[in-house]
Amino acid sequence: MERLKVTIDGNEAAAYVAHKVNEVIAIYPITPSSPMGELSDTWSSTGKKNIWGTVPSVIEMQSEGGAAGTVHGALQAGSLTTTFTASQGLLLMIPNMYKIAGELTSTVFHVTARTLSTHALSIFGDHSDVMATRQTGFAMLCSNSVQEVMDFALISQAATLKSRIPFLHFFDGFRTSHEVMKIEQLDVEDIKNMIDDELVKKHRSRALTPDNPFIRGSAQNPDVFFQGRETVNKFYTACSSVTQEAMDKFFTITGRRYNLFDYYGAPDAERVIVMMGSGVETAEETIDHLIKTTGEKIGLLIVRLFRPFDTSFFINKLPKTVRKISVLDRTKEPGSIGEPLYLDIVTSVSEVMSRKDPPFEKMPLITGGRYGLSSKEFTPAMVKAVFDELKKDEPKNHFTVGINDDVTFTSLDFETDFILSPEDQISALFYGLGSDGTVGANKNSIKIIGEETENYAQGYFVYDSKKSGSTTISHLRFGKKPIKSTYLVQKADFIGCHLFNLLEKFDVLKEIKEGGTFLLNSIYGKDEVFEKMPAKVCEQILSKKLNFYVIDAFKVAKETGMGLRINTIMQTCFFAISGVLPRDEAIEQIKNAIKKSYSSKGDEIVIKNFEAVDKTLANLFKVELEGKKISNIELKPVVSDNAPDYVKNVLSKIIEGLGDDVKVSEMPEDGTFPSSTAQWEKRNIAHQIPVWDEEICIQCGKCAMICPHACIRIKAYDKSFLENAPASFKHMEGKGKEFGEDNAYTIQVAPEDCTGCTLCFEICPVKNKKQVKLKALNMQPQLELREQEKANWEYFLTIPEFERTQVNTGLVKSSQLFQPLFEFSGACTGCGETPYVKLVSQLFGDRTIIANATGCSSIYGGNLPTTPWTKNNEGRGPAWSNSLFEDNAEFGLGMRMSIDKHNEFAKELLTGLSSEIGEEIVNDILNADQSDEPGIFEQRKRVELLKEKLSLINKQEAGDLLSLCDYLVKKSVWIMGGDGWAYDIGFGGLDHVMASGKNVNILVLDTEVYSNTGGQMSKSTGLAAVAKFAASGKPNPKKDLAMMAINYGNVYVAKVAMGANDTQTLRAFLEAEAYDGPSIIIAYSHCIAHGFNMERAIEHQKAAVDSGYWLLFRHNPLLAGEGKNPLKLDSGEPKIKLEDYFYKETRYSMLTKSEPEHAKALLKLAQEDVWKRWKMYKHLSEVNMSEDTSKTESHN
Amino acid sequence: MDLSTTYMGLKLKNPIVASASPLSKSIDAARSLEDAGASAVVCYSLFEEQISHEANELVYYLESTADSYAEALSYFPESGDYNLGPEEYVNHIRKLKVALSIPVIGSLNGVSNGGWINYAKKIEDAGADAIELNIYYIPTDFQINGLRVEDMYIEDVRAIKSAVKIPVAVKLSPYFSAMANMAKKLDEAGADALVLFNRFYQPDIDLENLEVFPNLELSNEWELRLPLRWIAILHNNVKASLAATSGISNYTDVLKVMMVGGDVAMMCSELLRHGVKRIGEILKDLEIWMEEKEYDSVSLMKGSMDYSSVKEPAAFERANYMKLLASYKI
Repeated sequence: MERLKVTIDGNEAAAYVAHKVNEVIAIYPITPSSPMGELSDTWSSTGKKNIWGTVPSVIEMQSEGGAAGTVHGALQAGSLTTTFTASQGLLLMIPNMYKIAGELTSTVFHVTARTLSTHALSIFGDHSDVMATRQTGFAMLCSNSVQEVMDFALISQAATLKSRIPFLHFFDGFRTSHEVMKIEQLDVEDIKNMIDDELVKKHRSRALTPDNPFIRGSAQNPDVFFQGRETVNKFYTACSSVTQEAMDKFFTITGRRYNLFDYYGAPDAERVIVMMGSGVETAEETIDHLIKTTGEKIGLLIVRLFRPFDTSFFINKLPKTVRKISVLDRTKEPGSIGEPLYLDIVTSVSEVMSRKDPPFEKMPLITGGRYGLSSKEFTPAMVKAVFDELKKDEPKNHFTVGINDDVTFTSLDFETDFILSPEDQISALFYGLGSDGTVGANKNSIKIIGEETENYAQGYFVYDSKKSGSTTISHLRFGKKPIKSTYLVQKADFIGCHLFNLLEKFDVLKEIKEGGTFLLNSIYGKDEVFEKMPAKVCEQILSKKLNFYVIDAFKVAKETGMGLRINTIMQTCFFAISGVLPRDEAIEQIKNAIKKSYSSKGDEIVIKNFEAVDKTLANLFKVELEGKKISNIELKPVVSDNAPDYVKNVLSKIIEGLGDDVKVSEMPEDGTFPSSTAQWEKRNIAHQIPVWDEEICIQCGKCAMICPHACIRIKAYDKSFLENAPASFKHMEGKGKEFGEDNAYTIQVAPEDCTGCTLCFEICPVKNKKQVKLKALNMQPQLELREQEKANWEYFLTIPEFERTQVNTGLVKSSQLFQPLFEFSGACTGCGETPYVKLVSQLFGDRTIIANATGCSSIYGGNLPTTPWTKNNEGRGPAWSNSLFEDNAEFGLGMRMSIDKHNEFAKELLTGLSSEIGEEIVNDILNADQSDEPGIFEQRKRVELLKEKLSLINKQEAGDLLSLCDYLVKKSVWIMGGDGWAYDIGFGGLDHVMASGKNVNILVLDTEVYSNTGGQMSKSTGLAAVAKFAASGKPNPKKDLAMMAINYGNVYVAKVAMGANDTQTLRAFLEAEAYDGPSIIIAYSHCIAHGFNMERAIEHQKAAVDSGYWLLFRHNPLLAGEGKNPLKLDSGEPKIKLEDYFYKETRYSMLTKSEPEHAKALLKLAQEDVWKRWKMYKHLSEVNMSEDTSKTESHN
Repeated sequence: MDLSTTYMGLKLKNPIVASASPLSKSIDAARSLEDAGASAVVCYSLFEEQISHEANELVYYLESTADSYAEALSYFPESGDYNLGPEEYVNHIRKLKVALSIPVIGSLNGVSNGGWINYAKKIEDAGADAIELNIYYIPTDFQINGLRVEDMYIEDVRAIKSAVKIPVAVKLSPYFSAMANMAKKLDEAGADALVLFNRFYQPDIDLENLEVFPNLELSNEWELRLPLRWIAILHNNVKASLAATSGISNYTDVLKVMMVGGDVAMMCSELLRHGVKRIGEILKDLEIWMEEKEYDSVSLMKGSMDYSSVKEPAAFERANYMKLLASYKI
């Protein structure tokens, strides 16, 4: 029977089977496993049924710990239940995994194996997470390809039902989970044939039920626990046979043969690699090549069922001729004798070799090595290096491959020019922008080629770690034979560059083959393009004799109403010139795909795309190379010569995309990096930047405050600094007493760092009387202004910052004189979070330590290559760290505890040394008022004096105090994160920290959705909003976190929306920090996940407040101490209808298109909720607290 | 007393038709129009821009942020189907047809010769008795001349006519250089009625915020004069029925429309101002007047004062202007 061929990724392959064979699915989003849960939710919400004809129930939990608990409960109640997770999420499931396994419960957890956070977080793939669960009692089955993911998802389900051992089915994060590949889809009959309904009934019969009550999960004592633990042995003994039987049955159904261990290579191999995961495919490809070309006696032992590890199955698969084995682990266990798979292999072979009849003539030599941590490329050259190493008499053990370890010299050298080019395979690379649809178009192309032709197709996509102006590189392969190359394209037949400027950023043509095809999206036509490209690109085109094509895709997109989406156009070009398909057939297929994708979204979209296809070919031109000369455009250095050495020598390589070349010695040993590095990565991503009109500026400071990337700076300074200023440097007289006479005032943009979001322009309250569309800041093309403004910016930086002690902190316009110590982050263009983060850095940055929950803010705050946290001229600035997602409040509390201890100890030492130091200064330090900037300034001066005195005292205590005396200056602890952390996964800790009474400041950057992982519902999501896991609109109201905090009484609580009321925001931040106790600020943060143009963010924030949806208030316990009502409501009565706010945003409006009646019903509920909450807060804010107190007193 | 009239083949019990307005957005309000005596209802307009804007917007926001960042390949859940075409409007027409016994006229507001033309067929399939085509076009492009604008109108009418079997009315703007010729061309293109005239909502200036803003003003009585003139001129010169709209607020206005040759008088602003009950009041006043003046049917007066029936047809022309100026004394 012919089965359907589909081109899907590993996540979809796993979810497809999991959704078919389960009844309950409990998940929590975590990269790279999130799509499995999302797909399941989508399928269930659209009524897709499992093989028994019922729609699985899908629930998103507050954490992976919660998901595991729910899975455990659902299993105990008899449902077939699954979950999907990775990395830290899997760690949170471990306690329940022990329970589930201990109770012999059938389930399969599908895991996209991902790196665990150690010295750094990484979202990419390795086996460190799954290896941390190998002791739980779960069986572990590894898939090496997308086809295997689908197949093993089913095999593991069949095996768990029969063996009663729970299974962890894992595959490599990103490389397999996100690789799009043509595979054969199992049909429902296949699945039904594999799943024994009697076993399902047995599973159900073991459920807890009051109709047949029993106890499970008792507590046991030393007398019997041990014996009880040993009862499971027979199940583990049987598990491998049961799994093999399932594999055998699968073979009879599908014809695909799998075994617990499989051998690949020469039957008489002497050197064998043992490994599991996606690298297996690469190893197979390499072995084929080496055997064919050199006849080497080499092979590969593929481990599929890692737990329970069946030694006899393993040994039987090894060729009897084997003399040397190299075991490759995709994980690292520091301090261990070796990595887990290596240890298992050594033990297995040793055990059998010590038996009476050893299987091998001589004990094979076994080495172990690490490869591929955090999705590090694993290429044929590396496989060859491992085999070559085994040729040596004393091959390196405990080696690494894929890096250059110049410190402990573990690494194997590999030949970078050893590149395989399988026959009949076409490789293509596409460089694009995240926002231009390149990846989407390529996914479409793979679908067309994979599903509409006999060809195999593979796609893998590499994304930028920046969220604004991000670039993507698509790696595509097509061919007549199955594709086993599980690594990036190394030699391309075709390269498409979808943005001209990327020629300056990447060595785009580095990997192109001689005579290959190069397609460039260029505003310059075929006759002039050569003069405009960098010389290096011209050279490559000529020397490699490329077929070079240009198209002005933006022009075609504009003419056909496609905006900046050039996906359809570039896809059409690819098919027209690559020769992958006959041109006419390709065009027809593209149109079919367009119809498929867009017919549900209206005829107009379909017609528009058709028009784009039709207009493309007329605008596609081949560039004649004859007579073409190399341009004189040289690429600029990646970073300035003025950058620090570390930036120039190391970080610049990462910026350039050459991070793989960084040596071990160049990386910090403990994950510590210098501050202030983002300033050196000039990204130049803005098409337009703001230009200041000093003639009409009123110096309100709003532009600088709202700027998400700290690209608009304000300085007031003595006029004398203008003497050497560039001629185009603008200034005006500062309006404010604090500026003094003869001052100058400048607002300056950082032209190469600005992202062009236009929020500064939008918020500017001034209109030019001569032409009202102009304001005091106006957007103008960056390219023409770049050099001029670069010089102005550099000059601006030489002007001293305004004296902090002179700033009137309480005014927006003054507050913006404070230097931002958070700048040029990789956050989205127009980000709604970063203005708050930046404000913290301005107001308190020079004395702040930050605990940052994992999420958007930890990514734009701490993702390499460069980071935005910086320091002032005195060398002070925020000290930042990220622990985990779930523990951030506690992490911050720990910082506070430590700082308070240091402060306390310093004070004790200070008091003890008062006679030597001098009582006056000691008293001044101990009793210092540090409630404002001048107070802190004075204390710092005292501490400097103290240091001088201490250096003269020869006592142990003096030395101790010297190391601690900086803690005598006030330190501010800020605990930051998104709503996913604060409302969901971290809420327990957050609650405890608020209850602790400790002086910490909590900033909740509330986007009302999990932004970083792609828009999953959180408990902060508003009623009626559509989000992942709330496709029909969230039916329940947003959790009122502020009210929960207010209930403690002694917590400072504020709700703010900078775009709606910046003064209230500023006051809240100042009051929160000044409050000597816990404070929490919940900050409305617009987000691209809301589905509107970020340029309109200010208008949206105002609408959120005006509708009463987002109430502004401050609850200050200090007021209660004064007998006043602590709650100050800063919002007025709702003045616009909720729908006038909601339906500005896709997250709400899309429901009116998918479920119009339901949308109306939810809107009504949401509107009622808004009024209810408004009345409640208004009432609370009007309660006369002093009266109540006196009544109590009189009763006494 | 026979108040009945015929409008593009539709037999109507009286000449007062509720024109396109928010009053037809709810079924209950539409019912109250019928109860008050309206002889037909023109449903609120289906706007071309609305449909295309919604579709483009949704696709843009679903796609523009997708596949940009490794951890978030999309930001919204996949939904199988979106109600992005005219379905909501078409369903509403269907509901109106069930709820009302008077004719329901669908209204299409657009300009391009694009996909929206197909919406007419869907409106017809939903049971609409006729379609009113409202071509709202402000020719700001300096390269487009009058002839091209006129051709565009004609093409739209032809396209709609070829798509549906039900009658098609064209609601026109008064801004044509040669209105009579334009009316003739539309008539020849197949328009079953001409609705005179569409009021373009003119923007206003907000002096406080220095912004241009749309300011919806309801029509005034004097605005009826323009339709009166042109109905008088066109009556009997085009096959199409003629409807007057703008400024009809009492029974005298209805009488004037009938006398210059209008088949129906369309009302909106007066109903929004003073409620739908005004239809009944006006019909009553109409009957009293006709009784007093001994008109036993509307058809008797229809066209009795059109261009060819009055003693001084020049009164509808430039001479009228001269006369007016001459009568004006400082």
